[in-house]
Amino acid sequence: MNWYVKRTGQALFTLWAVASLAFFLTRQMPGDQVATYVDQVIQNNPEQDPEIVRSNIVEQLMIDPNAPFHEAYIAYFGELLSGNLGWSIEAQKNLNTLMAETVPWTLFVMALATFGLFGISLALGAIMAYKEGSLFDLSNTLLGMVTTSIPYYVAGILLIIYIGYPEGVFTQYFPVRYKLPDGVDPGFTLAFISGAIRHATLPALSYVITAYGLLALSMRGNSIQVLGEDYVRVAQLRGLPDRRIALRYVGRNAVLPLYTSLLLSIGFMLGASVILEQIFVYQGVGYWMDRAVQYTDIPLMMAIFLMITVSVVIATYIADLTYGYLDPRIKSGDEGEAY
Amino acid sequence: MKVKPTEEDTADDVRTDGGQMFDDAESTDVGAVQEYKEVLYEGLVAPAKIAWSDWRTKTGIIILGAFVLIAILSDLHQNGYTILNDFLGIVGSPWELTKPSSAFGCDANGNNCVAGYERSRQPFENWQTPLGTDPEGRDIFAGIVWATPRMLRMVLAGGVFSIAVATIVGTVAGYKGGVVNTVLMTLTDVAMSIPGLPLVIVIVAILDPTNPYLIGVVVTINVWAGLARTIQAQVLSLREQSYVEASRTMGIGTPSIIQKDILPNLMPYIMVNFVYSARRVIYDTVGLYFLGFLSYSTIANWGVMMNWAYANQGALAPSGPRYLIIVPMAPIVLLSFGLILLSQGTDRLFNPRVRTRHEGDTVEDHEMDDDDSVQPAMA
Repeated sequence: MNWYVKRTGQALFTLWAVASLAFFLTRQMPGDQVATYVDQVIQNNPEQDPEIVRSNIVEQLMIDPNAPFHEAYIAYFGELLSGNLGWSIEAQKNLNTLMAETVPWTLFVMALATFGLFGISLALGAIMAYKEGSLFDLSNTLLGMVTTSIPYYVAGILLIIYIGYPEGVFTQYFPVRYKLPDGVDPGFTLAFISGAIRHATLPALSYVITAYGLLALSMRGNSIQVLGEDYVRVAQLRGLPDRRIALRYVGRNAVLPLYTSLLLSIGFMLGASVILEQIFVYQGVGYWMDRAVQYTDIPLMMAIFLMITVSVVIATYIADLTYGYLDPRIKSGDEGEAY
Repeated sequence: MKVKPTEEDTADDVRTDGGQMFDDAESTDVGAVQEYKEVLYEGLVAPAKIAWSDWRTKTGIIILGAFVLIAILSDLHQNGYTILNDFLGIVGSPWELTKPSSAFGCDANGNNCVAGYERSRQPFENWQTPLGTDPEGRDIFAGIVWATPRMLRMVLAGGVFSIAVATIVGTVAGYKGGVVNTVLMTLTDVAMSIPGLPLVIVIVAILDPTNPYLIGVVVTINVWAGLARTIQAQVLSLREQSYVEASRTMGIGTPSIIQKDILPNLMPYIMVNFVYSARRVIYDTVGLYFLGFLSYSTIANWGVMMNWAYANQGALAPSGPRYLIIVPMAPIVLLSFGLILLSQGTDRLFNPRVRTRHEGDTVEDHEMDDDDSVQPAMA
């Protein structure tokens, strides 16, 4: 079977499986937000019929907590396929709008963090491998191990306390709250772009600082391993330029095993946004996930689950495609051992 | 100048990889007890000896050992055996472990409290409470010690659970191949794509767990997937090794081959990954307590103290009481640092290619790569 067809089918299956699992789980959650909300509405307008209010809300939500599982499942997934995520009581908003407002921000922080993370760790790891045993190598190994021991939210808290608040050079450049400066509207303006980047810097930095160490150390280990391979030696004997050996021979082969780390880190970062966006009051999906769970807002939770899963699946898909480009063997055999 | 030869030599004997293979072959004739002794030796005693010779693993073991000791003493105290306080009394320490409870019955200045201590005491101010007290008069150091046993239980449960599932799924899928492989790896891919923390939060909201073992398992509910993937890849290369093929040709069943030929080679790898999932358990449980998703009745976790500092005392506000949130973060970082040290040291010692190069690097430069010829099968 064509590798691309297989891979696409797998992505779609994953999406469906995760969505179904999430749907099943969120229905088990204690607390009935709809009932609470209906009570609220009735209290404010005592003349209304509770049943009519309820059915109106349920229709808008697309999820009836009292309906049997299969009915609710068919209704919800039918609406999903037509591109409707429903409505959130907690946010008092259509979920399509809310997701369009929040998802890009979370992905922006994540992309910033991922590129920063891989840029720094791959370069650092390679240099450490080349200078193996030097003071640079040793000090960076130690530093990497110390920073790796810090949870990302601890780093976030430390950044807020020591970089964000004290009066100084950093404070005005890297704010610790919200995703945009006051009075800046989204648009293709310098104020917007620089504001967005500055506000995303500290959250992204919290990931990068705490994750680069382990990745740099594995890059270092891989590079050392590749440096000892016969083909590198042959390349040297052939008199190939050092630059070519470093990039095409060593770099490429040392990076390949790190692809799993890349895939795992994407999912990890998106999950971790729940904690980090809370600390930084950064209103992305993680921020809303927290509120959704606290107030049992099932449609909101489902929408966030779906958005995060879609992001992970797409990121994995892209990573797999580029992996095939880096390592042509993957598409030839049916084992398809990408990682 | 003479370097201690005896220690080094025994350590070298232990880690020659060629020896292991033949020992295994011999032990199959010897019987179960002998065989388990061998497995125990190769899986635990030998690595432990090697680990002790490396400063990183040594420091890591010391840090973790200290945590385990504190956890045991604290657990005994909580169950009514006040060994720790008896000892501290003999030594004459001003601090002793008491259940961290808030102050009540204090006078107007917050002194002479019936329970608890003076409110909002800074760290290193009074040795009765070395790390200070919170605004309710709870001893922060006692709180940290009080929460340690539960934390280690969660770490143990989460680590064992994720490693067990990952190893079973990874080895079976990798060794059997075919349909089994496809099904298991599809499952693994799905698990890998589930956003971990949000899923855990939802499950926690449903189950509302308070048992530390259960929390540990819930937190690692999809952590195993990444490990299973990598173990499967390892097994795929292992099963093509000639000694595995030999076992297959001899008609030995799959369970025995996995148990005798495959698993011993994965042991070091599994141990290293145990450490990583343990670290993940620490991060996630503390994070969940910190955000208030896990319910608690007393100081059940370091994250609870962070939650109080963050939500009730405004420790993140510009002029908030910062020590309240920074002090409970210290044991988190220290514990995971111990784990990372352990994993880095063992990783390097178990990875034969890195190991041989490091043994060589005091003697020869990069160019002399005679270690290429002695590459064992494991990697």
